[in-house]
Amino acid sequence: MLQSIVHVCLAGLSTGMFIWLVASGLTLIFGVLGVLNFAHGSFYMLGAYFCYTALHFQGNNFWLGLIFGPLAVCVIGFVVERFFLRYVYHLALPYQLLLTFAFVLIFDNLVNIIWGAGSIGSPSVPGLSGSVLILGRGFPIYNLFIIAMGPLVALGLWAFLEKTWWGRIIRAAASDREMAAAIGIKVPLLYTVVFIFGAWLAAVGGALAVPYVGLLTSGMGQAIIIEAFVVAVIGGLGSLKGAFLGALVIGLLSSFGTRYIPTFDMFLTFILMAVVLLWRPQGFFGEGEQ
Amino acid sequence: MNRHSTTIATAILLCVLIAVGLFAGRFIIYLAMRVMILCIFALGYNILLGRTGLLSFGHAAFYACGAYGLALTSIHITPNPMLGIPAGVLLAAVMSLIIGFFCVRHTEIYFAMLTLAFGMMIYSLIWNLRSITGGDDGLYGIMRTSFSLGIVNIPIMKESQYYFMVLFFFMGTLVSIHHIHRSPFGLVLSGIRENHVRTEFAGLPVKRYRLAAFIISGFYAGLAGTLSTLLESGITPQAAHWSHSAEPVLVSLIGGMQTFTGPVAGSVVYIVLREIIERFTQNWMLWFGVILLVIIMGFRGGIVGSTAQLFKERRALEPSRRVSHE
Repeated sequence: MLQSIVHVCLAGLSTGMFIWLVASGLTLIFGVLGVLNFAHGSFYMLGAYFCYTALHFQGNNFWLGLIFGPLAVCVIGFVVERFFLRYVYHLALPYQLLLTFAFVLIFDNLVNIIWGAGSIGSPSVPGLSGSVLILGRGFPIYNLFIIAMGPLVALGLWAFLEKTWWGRIIRAAASDREMAAAIGIKVPLLYTVVFIFGAWLAAVGGALAVPYVGLLTSGMGQAIIIEAFVVAVIGGLGSLKGAFLGALVIGLLSSFGTRYIPTFDMFLTFILMAVVLLWRPQGFFGEGEQ
Repeated sequence: MNRHSTTIATAILLCVLIAVGLFAGRFIIYLAMRVMILCIFALGYNILLGRTGLLSFGHAAFYACGAYGLALTSIHITPNPMLGIPAGVLLAAVMSLIIGFFCVRHTEIYFAMLTLAFGMMIYSLIWNLRSITGGDDGLYGIMRTSFSLGIVNIPIMKESQYYFMVLFFFMGTLVSIHHIHRSPFGLVLSGIRENHVRTEFAGLPVKRYRLAAFIISGFYAGLAGTLSTLLESGITPQAAHWSHSAEPVLVSLIGGMQTFTGPVAGSVVYIVLREIIERFTQNWMLWFGVILLVIIMGFRGGIVGSTAQLFKERRALEPSRRVSHE
């Protein structure tokens, strides 16, 4: 009993960490740019596919793939923000959401064209393959690595936003765009940088998922983006702390749900989202009025 | 447009559609039915989006409620659509009353997220309650038996016969939604879109109006769902997925969000374009994404809005007004 609970917890934590990596970028972009980016799941997916391709070109060194895959996604993030998204900030919500949705359609289809519609197998990571015994049952070492990576990224983000000069500028632009512009911050440039950074976070999540998921499909972006939305909403749109806790909650909820009440696992997630929205629309840690 | 030209335009449209039903080939008839069903969905949805200014990701769930309501009635009670269609539409309307009651408390992004959550709840129920809904296989083999009203039997078995039933509901939708748009009720909805604080100060219960718009659009979504189930003789849970809610949004956007005829023009373009693109390439989504980008970046008024603006500019009598919602 204890063994199964611990293992379900660990599985939930590792799923939660992937959701966190996507949701962190999503919520950072929403907090600063005010745009809810549907294409964020596609950045996750592209990160995974680019990492996979990078592995092919340089003899299966996963760590190089982890660096080059997300960098390629940064270029795409730059194009999306600089040439498209920038022109819709002043428009009504449906236009912003639909613009990012258009990119979902384009990216998902392009992945089908370039990498094929089927699933492709993925490599194992040297040094992190195999498993350890936890309470008498094997648990993949790679998943433990993922569980460690999540808080590490969270800590890094926190230090970056709270302790560095750049972080302070980002927070300033998030809280008052016009004031920040008035004191000489180049807000449009900052928006581009934040968008690229958010895309990079999602792409790192995708690249880390390559050895984890075992199979890559062009639907993986759309699958994770809704969970990331749920997490971002539960934690409070724009709040990174909330997104981290939200990701843990959703990861655990879905793994316990799948294990014990498989009929209602998805249902539970969405009921939690609706209850939070109704009871506390600003989320656990969101600030301000809606 | 004044009242006469509207009546004339409607009469011409009706004549053309009847002619299509009588003389066109099977494929054209099938396409025309899909266009009309999508129109019903989009026209209803646009009451919420174009009129009231609320973006919902949950209306696919009401579409699915209509579809599953009809399919379950047809399988378990009677295949007569005389009972099935009202059952499906009623289920959709009741669900939109319950869900709408909670959703209209918020606006903007929070409204969108709430409708997403509720819509996906229904989707997950349909997906997982395999014994009732057939799970991911959906329900299939729904027959189009005669539409019987006591002694009168109207056969709808053949597509050319069913076409006229769809046409009947399509015209009904067109006329009723046109009435809603022109009614004081419709004006209040536009008022809410433009400035809900002022509308509230005018003494109008804004939330109740929003709820009414929500239920009306849910009702038409359900109607579209029942008609589509009869057309395709089956339904899959994909119909309840949030991405299906994007379809009426896209259609309204192509046609022109804040116009009455926009969703109609948009539906025609959407279905026809899709057929054409799919004939040449499998990458429909890619092309559609590109078209969507072009519309959002350059032609936010949609077909109807942009054309209207073009005419206006040509006359050059008044300064051009942006039709789009900026």
